Amino acid sequence: MSKRSNWAIPYLIFLILFVVLPLVLVLVYALRDGNGGFTLSNITRFFTDTDALNTFAVSVEVAIENTLICLLLGYPAAYILADRNLNKSAVTVILFILPMWINALMRTLATAELFNVFGFTLGKGTLLFGMVYDYLPFMIYPIYNVLLKMDNSYAEAAADLGATPSQVFRKVTLPLSMPGISSGILMVFMPTVSTFAISEFLTNNKIKLFGTIIQENINSSMWNYGAALSLIMLVIIGLTTMILGGDEREVEGGTI
Amino acid sequence: MMRKFIAKAYIWILLAILYAPIIFIVVFSFTEARTLGNWTGFSMELYKHIFTGGVSGGAGLIAAIKNTLIIAFVAAIVSTMLGTVSAIGIYNLKGRKRKTIQLLNNIPMINPDVITGVSLFLLFVFLRFSQGYLTVILAHISFCTPYVVLNVMPKLGQMNPNIYEAALDLGATPAQALRKVLIPQLRPGMVSGFILAFTMSLADFAVTFFTRGTIGLETLSTYIYADARKGGLTPELRPLMTLIFITILVLLIIMNVRQAKTRDEKTSIIS
Repeated sequence: MSKRSNWAIPYLIFLILFVVLPLVLVLVYALRDGNGGFTLSNITRFFTDTDALNTFAVSVEVAIENTLICLLLGYPAAYILADRNLNKSAVTVILFILPMWINALMRTLATAELFNVFGFTLGKGTLLFGMVYDYLPFMIYPIYNVLLKMDNSYAEAAADLGATPSQVFRKVTLPLSMPGISSGILMVFMPTVSTFAISEFLTNNKIKLFGTIIQENINSSMWNYGAALSLIMLVIIGLTTMILGGDEREVEGGTI
Repeated sequence: MMRKFIAKAYIWILLAILYAPIIFIVVFSFTEARTLGNWTGFSMELYKHIFTGGVSGGAGLIAAIKNTLIIAFVAAIVSTMLGTVSAIGIYNLKGRKRKTIQLLNNIPMINPDVITGVSLFLLFVFLRFSQGYLTVILAHISFCTPYVVLNVMPKLGQMNPNIYEAALDLGATPAQALRKVLIPQLRPGMVSGFILAFTMSLADFAVTFFTRGTIGLETLSTYIYADARKGGLTPELRPLMTLIFITILVLLIIMNVRQAKTRDEKTSIIS
């Protein structure tokens, strides 16, 4: 029945109109000047704009740090949750996902307020803490999923053959959970590097992230420069996805 | 034994930290003070405001909630329909065509919201589409549908492809076969796709922010953002978030208990 494949045509048109064309427009606007002529000046402006460059560096740094902390905290949590001897109830897993249903801005504002109550100054430290707090579930969930589906007999076989527990973990469990780790990294790194609003709230506007300058430029009608900055972000995202293998994510992160 | 204790302690400490801000909101929903973190004695006044509509921030919050729900419902329903039909189509495609459309389907999920928002903003500017309700809903459909496709596809794989043909052979029109044969089989995937789409739409901030135009359309997220920038949250947001949190907690626990029950019943039948 070749006809049923035609059912994909409306969606294909929709995707071209609302996904492909907008991305092409980012490129077009990034390469145009105010009068509509071709120019590279928007791109070169970024590389000479120390403010933007600094913000970019800070964003990448915060995103990497956040991803690493999430991985260090999240992996053991996922491991414990997936181990039937250590955790029997699915409710604990749900408890980790539940905060995602509370509006992220509201949660972030409450976090910032909590820092104020305890007398912490808002800055880099609170920003990282708040980010970890927002994105930790996105790291735990894919790793947990992979560990849960993993065949335990591999680890048992390794142990039977004389591997110590730490060897079993390093040589068997960890390599087998790599797909979960890479989708977790993707799901934490991508949104952190591009976040806006959250960073303003958590640092009292002291630290700006890359997403914020994109927003500021677009909102003040500097569309061409805003588009150029978006294009640079897209390149980063594209590179990360390629390195980590983007198609893993749909399997681990898309279904509930 | 010791290992188990450390593992349990680790999980609960992590959860305690994760929930601290939420518990903070819940606790301070029972006091009237304007600013969060300021306790002026126990009061249910803020809860009353929500139900009687006497919100101090005016009608803004109520309108924002309404908008959020309408947008999420429309976007999730349209996404579920579009996503299901498309999943059937994609499933019947082969080779390069299938790969290409699946790749396109992945883009909105991988794209950061800021980029999705900016790119759609440029699209509507380019098409001279006046921005408002419609553009926000279209934008939400564009990032929700991929999740529906992703949830329906595995169900198609599990289905016996012959039963649809059988229905046609037995004289059902394609529409009847879709309604009576395909959809009941795909329902679990459609339901989880719908829930995911609804959740994504509710949670969205960045895409709405860029595509709502200047007509003053506010959703809960943009309302909270504007509120926070003005300094100080509308106090009624606290009981609102508390109610949402408790509803979801109860729903999830019920769902889980029911799932565990059916699982137990199944295993007891087998053994």
